[in-house]
Parts: sequence; C-alpha cells; structure tokens
Amino acid sequence: MTAKIEIENLSHIYDEKTPFARVALDDINFSIQTGEFLGVIGHTGSGKSTFIQHLNGLLKPTSGRILLDGHDIHSDKSLLKSVRQRIGLVFQYPEHQLFESTIYGDVAFGPTNMDLSADEVDARVKDALQLVGLSEDVYEKSPFELSGGQKRRAAIAGVLAMKPEVLILDEPTAGLDPVGKDAILNQIAEMHKVVGNTIILVSHNMEDVSRLADRIVVMAKSKIILSGIPTEVFSQPERLTAVGLAAPPIATLMDLLRKKGLNLPSGIFTIETAADALEGIIG
Amino acid sequence: MRKLACEHFQIRRTPTPTKRSEGGGERGWSIIFHSQNLHFEYVRYNESEENTLALSDVNIHINQGEFVAILGHNGSGKSTLARHLNALLAPTSGTLWVQGMDTEDPNNTWPIRQMAGMVFQNPDNQLVATIVEEDVAFGPENLGVPSAEIRQRVDNALQTVRMSEYAQSSPHQLSGGQKQRIAIAGILAMGPDCIVLDEPTAMLDPSGRQEVMDTILQLNNEKHITVILITHFMEEAVKAKRVIVMDKGAVVMDGIPREIFKQVDKMKDLGLDVPSATGLANVLRKRGIPIQEDVLTDEEFIQSILNHVKEYHDSKN
Repeated sequence: MTAKIEIENLSHIYDEKTPFARVALDDINFSIQTGEFLGVIGHTGSGKSTFIQHLNGLLKPTSGRILLDGHDIHSDKSLLKSVRQRIGLVFQYPEHQLFESTIYGDVAFGPTNMDLSADEVDARVKDALQLVGLSEDVYEKSPFELSGGQKRRAAIAGVLAMKPEVLILDEPTAGLDPVGKDAILNQIAEMHKVVGNTIILVSHNMEDVSRLADRIVVMAKSKIILSGIPTEVFSQPERLTAVGLAAPPIATLMDLLRKKGLNLPSGIFTIETAADALEGIIG
Repeated sequence: MRKLACEHFQIRRTPTPTKRSEGGGERGWSIIFHSQNLHFEYVRYNESEENTLALSDVNIHINQGEFVAILGHNGSGKSTLARHLNALLAPTSGTLWVQGMDTEDPNNTWPIRQMAGMVFQNPDNQLVATIVEEDVAFGPENLGVPSAEIRQRVDNALQTVRMSEYAQSSPHQLSGGQKQRIAIAGILAMGPDCIVLDEPTAMLDPSGRQEVMDTILQLNNEKHITVILITHFMEEAVKAKRVIVMDKGAVVMDGIPREIFKQVDKMKDLGLDVPSATGLANVLRKRGIPIQEDVLTDEEFIQSILNHVKEYHDSKN
C-alpha cells in the first residue's frame, strides 16, 4: 500500500489572534493508505469534523501540510477544485443539501461541472444511483417525494458521481432506523469492495466502525490519541471511556464476562462472533 | 367540557395517582393522552397520487407520570403521532384528547402546547436567543408570566438540567448534549405536565446521549413529568416504563420493555433492533443454550451466563 493522503504537523486554530482563539487540531501526523477503509471516532468537539474538512481543502491549515499523492493540496490554488473532485466529502445530513427539482438532476450537478461529455455524465449518474441502491423510477422524482433514507442515498450518489478517489462520509447513518442504517452501510462496504476506493467513515457508532473499518483513528482534545486495527483500539476500553467514547456494546459485554473469569478471546464485536465464542465454552 | 371529558376517561381505565402536587393545585387522577380511532393522512397536492396514510386507527391511553418510549422504523408514523400530542397536527378522523382537551379545537392549541412541550432532533434548530437564559425565558415570556416569576422559572429549569453555570453563555459555545438540555429547560420553564422528545439524541455522541437520558429520567422520577420518548436507540427504550411499537401507522406492540424486547424475531421483522444483551441471549437460545429469555441488560446477561456455567460444571462433577 502507498500513502494516499499524508498529514504533516497539521494544526488548526479557529479565530486565531482574537480573544476567541481555540485550538481545534494540534500537531497531527497521520497517513491514509490507498484503498483502505478508515474509521474516525471521537466525541463532539474532539476535532474530527475540522480534521476531515482539511483533507479536501475546505479548511486551510494554520500550520502543517496535507499531501494528496505526494503533492501539497495548497501549493497551487488552481488545484483545489480538482482536489475537491478527487476527495468527495459527504456532510452530516447531506439530504439537506439536495436542491435540484429531480433526483437525476441533483446527482448530475457534480459531474456536469467537471467538463465531461453528456454521455459520460449520464453513465455516471446511473452508476452512482445504482451503487446506492436507487432504481430508475426515482430518477424523475422530486427529493420531497422520497423517504429520509432514500434522500440520504441520493445525496451520497451526488458525491459518488464525481468518482472521487477518496470518499469521506461524516455520520452517514445519523437518524436512520436500524434497517435504513444497515442498508446504507452495506452499500458503502459493497462499493468499497467493487470500486476499491479509499473510504473515511466518521461515526459515533462503534459497532459499525468495528465491523467495516480496516483501521480506526480515535480523536480527543484536538489530537489523535489512538489508532490501529479495530481489535487493538477496542481492547482498550478504559482509554475510550476516558474520552467520552465506548467500545461496541458486545465488546463491553465480553469484557465484563472476562472479568468474571470466562476465558474469551479478544476482538469480539458482533453478536455472531460472541455467540460462537460462548458456545465454545459452555455449549 | 374539559372537566366532563376527564371524568369520562376515569371510567374507561383504571386510573393511577399522580404524585405531582406542586403547580396546578389538585390534579387528582388522570389520563394525559387518550386517542380514539385516530387517523391521519398527508394530503398529496398532485391529484393523480394517493394520499399517504400516516396514522391508522390509533387508540392509546397514556397516564400522567408515565415514561413511554415509541419505537418504529422510519416512516412508521411515530413522529406524526408525536406531532399530534401537542397539536402541531390535527387528526384527519378520530379524536385525540390531551388532558381532556380535544386537539382539533383551535381554542385548545395553546393550553395543550403549554402543557406538552416538544424537543426535536437537531440541537442547532431549536435555540432562538443569543444567551442561554434568554432562550429558556422565551417560552414563559410568551405566556405573559410576570418577570419576577420568569426569573424564578428560568433559574429552576437551568438547575434541573444542571446547566446553571452556562446561564450567560451563548448557545453556539455549547456541545450538542448541552444544547438539547437547554431545549429541555426551555420547555420546563413553561411548567409542562409532559415532554415529548422526538429522537433527541440522534445527533449526539455517546456522552451527550448519556447527559440527555439522565436528564429525562430525572424529570420523570423526581418531577413526575410524563415523558414520551421517540428513539432508535434500544438501550434508551429499555429505560422507559412502557414501550409502544408502531408499524405502518398503527400501534402493533404495547407493553413493558422486557415483554417487548424478548420478542426478538418480531422486532427484527418490524425493522427494529433489540439491546445487544437480549440479541445475544436470543442467538444462544437458538443454539440450544438455555439462557434466560428476557434479559435486558448486560448485568442480567452475565448473571444468566454465570448460572449456566455453574450448572454446567456441577453436572460434570
């Protein structure tokens, strides 16, 4: 694997040189590998939104650099537009940003602004909508006619249609019911498998992150305090609770059982693996 | 009229006493929400399409002082029902009474909203003032409460949600959980009997969720305020005293959390989850391990597993 995005000594101070100055990112060094699925967790105010907004140049570092394929994204202002096409950012509640009168038109907005042929735009819109699981009968519908989950998927498709090399999703399942949540996450996982793009998923849901991510970054107080594969990160429940986070519920339950003397392996996050492990001991 | 309706309800259902004595004097025994054959349709303005039936024949009784969680997948009608509870929507047919007041009568709208306040999902959309205590004062000011009493109510409300030290802060400096607690304080300052919360923790992180849940439980336990909590988090619903499950606009399950959640397969069919411990116990039972069926919490699960391990070892020896 090679580094897709390198973050070097990144610091960001909001309202610098005013009485309201606040450090949001404090000397972050981190590399994101090509094709990896990275989970970012951290409580509100930990700096994770500030962090991801630096990755596609929406915010400019107070100090430090962001390198995309080895090039500083702020070295040349004319590059920023292409950076934002190569690194797609899906904000929280992206359905609030739908603005066209039809779903098709909304998804087509991004690629249309990329100097692509009409055929290419059409193909991309259809591919993107298919990837998020929306069928042809929604093409001409108004966003107002779709359910919350469908609108969310349409909004994600709008970013996918630009074929970003890196896709950043900020809490893509907030406010969805369990079925809608699983549908979106499974489609993201499936797309990652098919397209092989780099994905950065910001979430409060530890269970989802543990299930999907290759690697997890934990942010607290403007810094990255922990990173590693899910098993490593969630095997340190004390460090997570100390910063207002919690391991996935099943991992917590397994931890309590271990303390009662049950000999359970580490790295159990899902009901199925937990059932397997318990069956092995007492079945 | 209002009194008559109240008396009417008491015959229909065994009443429970309300412990709430401060404020409105003698309230006695009461049902706070009562609906009869409640239907609601969202009207489509495109005539070629059919209207959407959002609520279908809903009959509920909720007593003063209850803590009810309403569950259901997106589009099941739970938010529509919540919006009826404080007269933001009126039934297409059927009737909903709030403390005996028919929500369809426009004269009742303001009294109903004063006694059943609503907290919504997005913490950034609900605060209107630039200073926390002014935001909390907004409700009582509009009710024409004398200013000395407003001061008192605001202080009490902020104290209840443990945000007194932020009285002079600006809302944008607060975390999501803090903003939601301010939204709750704003409703408390109106002196409500009931708070309806529509996914108040959906946008919060785990610690913010905990803050809001602690506040809700305290309001119910200590102030005896009726709480209606709409949520997708099963861990929160477990804390309620009663769970109502909605599907396709109708109430399909209604009972104490333990009875509702032990029906794991039915819940999954309805597009809902169960607490992790309950889900794990269910899978183990299906594999032939006799874990207690209705475990709700980690502690109960662990106890049940330990009992089983003990039996397992005893039988071996």
